[in-house]
Amino acid sequence: MSSIAGKILRVNLTDGSIKHEALSPGLAREFLGGRGLGGKMLSDEIRAGIDPLGKENKIFFVTGPLTGTSAPTGGRYMVVTKSPLNNAIASSNSGGFWGAELKFAGYDMLIVEGRAKEPVYIYIRDNQVEIRPAGKLWGMTTSQVTDALLTEAGDRKARVLNIGPAGENLSRIASVMNDRWRAAGRSGVGAVMGAKNLKAIVVRGSGKVEAAIQERFKEAVSSSLKKIKENGVTGQGLPAYGTAILVNIMNEHGIYPTNNFQLGVFPQAEETSGETLAEKYLKKKDPCFRCPIACGRYCSVDGEEGGGPEYETVWAYGADCGISDLKAIIRANNVCNEMGLDTISAGATIAAAMELYQRGRIRPEELDGAPELTWGNGEAIVEWTRKMGRAEGLGAKLALGSARLCEAYGMPELSMTVKKLELPAYDPRGVFGHGLQYATANRGGCHVRGYMISPEILGSPEKLDRFTLDGKAEWVKIFQDLTAVIDSLGICLFTSFALGAQDYTDLYNAATGENFSVDELLACGDRIFNNERLFNLAEGYTAKDDTLPKRLLEDPMPDGPSKGYVHPLDKMLPKYYEIRGWSADGVPTAPKRQALRL
Amino acid sequence: MEVTVKLFATLRNGRFKTETRCYAPGTTVQQIAEDLKIPLAELSLTLLNGQAALPEQVLTEGDTLALFPPVGGG
Ligand code: SF4
Repeated sequence: MSSIAGKILRVNLTDGSIKHEALSPGLAREFLGGRGLGGKMLSDEIRAGIDPLGKENKIFFVTGPLTGTSAPTGGRYMVVTKSPLNNAIASSNSGGFWGAELKFAGYDMLIVEGRAKEPVYIYIRDNQVEIRPAGKLWGMTTSQVTDALLTEAGDRKARVLNIGPAGENLSRIASVMNDRWRAAGRSGVGAVMGAKNLKAIVVRGSGKVEAAIQERFKEAVSSSLKKIKENGVTGQGLPAYGTAILVNIMNEHGIYPTNNFQLGVFPQAEETSGETLAEKYLKKKDPCFRCPIACGRYCSVDGEEGGGPEYETVWAYGADCGISDLKAIIRANNVCNEMGLDTISAGATIAAAMELYQRGRIRPEELDGAPELTWGNGEAIVEWTRKMGRAEGLGAKLALGSARLCEAYGMPELSMTVKKLELPAYDPRGVFGHGLQYATANRGGCHVRGYMISPEILGSPEKLDRFTLDGKAEWVKIFQDLTAVIDSLGICLFTSFALGAQDYTDLYNAATGENFSVDELLACGDRIFNNERLFNLAEGYTAKDDTLPKRLLEDPMPDGPSKGYVHPLDKMLPKYYEIRGWSADGVPTAPKRQALRL
Repeated sequence: MEVTVKLFATLRNGRFKTETRCYAPGTTVQQIAEDLKIPLAELSLTLLNGQAALPEQVLTEGDTLALFPPVGGG
């Protein structure tokens, strides 16, 4: 089949219908695939204002034109839906093998609509598609359901995507898991599956993806492979230490959020670093489909094994909760994956709960005898993650995410979120462009929609002063647009440490037979980003939601190398809106929409 | 003068994690890297007391120098 298979699989769980539809080539050309195409089709197919956990919401599982090809890291897919966490557009990216397998089965995307009366799972083997009962699977954890379905399929090569108990319990921070510990983590996408009574999707495909211009594609692949191998980050740092290599770096810059962003330096960071992880607990690397980088970790603690932890997870369960016990962090990560929760949001919500406890808002008697929510308590992160997944007692409140939790306890300012999505592991008071990107990312507080840490901290592709405002709005826009492209192509964002816009253009053109210039491809990124913005505006979002938690705007960083700084967001936003072609209140102008054909 | 030198990731191989080391006054970042036999090409990030530093920057008593190879993640 071609790199764009041209086929959509649409399953309606209310009436049980299964349809094979043609993909519009025009839309694919304008929105590429993955995040872009899914976002456009979601915007077109659902009405503004619907309940994200109601049967009117739809959930899209979308590959890109490079998914399933031999492009390096070409195994990624996107889960696109309306977020039950914040009503914004959700697009959660995941690796592993499931996305490539969906393409091998012949589909660019699967759209699931409606709601089943009883728990079900979807079984796909090429053209054979069935909705099967999943009553016996309900309540199972991620690895249990994966094992059960692989046995039932009688095919160890099938790929399983599923939700854990958290998604069933409609946790607003539930993830969609695939291949056991790969996660489409953010925005609560797992709860949308739970609300549809959809426990899992098993897929097996026998097709083969072929590039439109095979010789050129081979050249583009080998040129990008060479760059990835020779680059210090993708060729050495990430393979050797995984993403947790960043722990010490961010800490040394004083932007490593500690105790729910009360501090910017964690004195015990070294004990939880990628270096320590590699030395003590790493069993093997765990790469995704066709990935030469292999940042994925597989760790073992006291006989307990599992995938991860990633940098963000090490931070959320570590410094953010004041925890230096790496064993406890690894165990919490495993429980988090088994429950099907987003590790960033789960860890960060426990951190918020710890601050509510510190300030006497959560009272000891509410803990029901579970470990105390005190900074540094390793037992607490493990047990409270389990309680969140099972929606037990106070755990049920935590499972709604830190915004709802802190609101319920009368201290909304303690929730370190943007648009209700928990912020990741970089304090923007010491990295200004990254803060602008948090404030403007369409899904809320997210780092991977324009990873400004690259230029502002890591010096890639060039080193920017982290405290200057000059040029930051332009950088953020370009990074956001390029990221939208990468997220839509079906490859991993981490390739961007080694590859540039020209490489992506070459891969895309050879795979699809298109003849885009770099600027045309980036214009697709701009279009994708603006389409998401329009989705959010229709849901009632306004410029005042492009903000950061009060603590980061008003309280100077108390310690370390970023001491004394607050984030100067109000000085950055007007310029950003201007170069985006938006009005002063953050709305894409008519000429801008016309230029993008939106 | 005494300065604290911190090394990270692959730069630790065959060297150390953190050491307090003695250098003559006026020693630069680059000279310390040379002393540790770290080729400049392997050095991606250099922090002097938490702020980005240039190779020619001079250290003073009590400074902390952190050296990193190319790293990334997310
Ligand atoms: S770099 Fe890491 S996350 Fe990306 S595809 Fe490779 S193993 Fe997966």
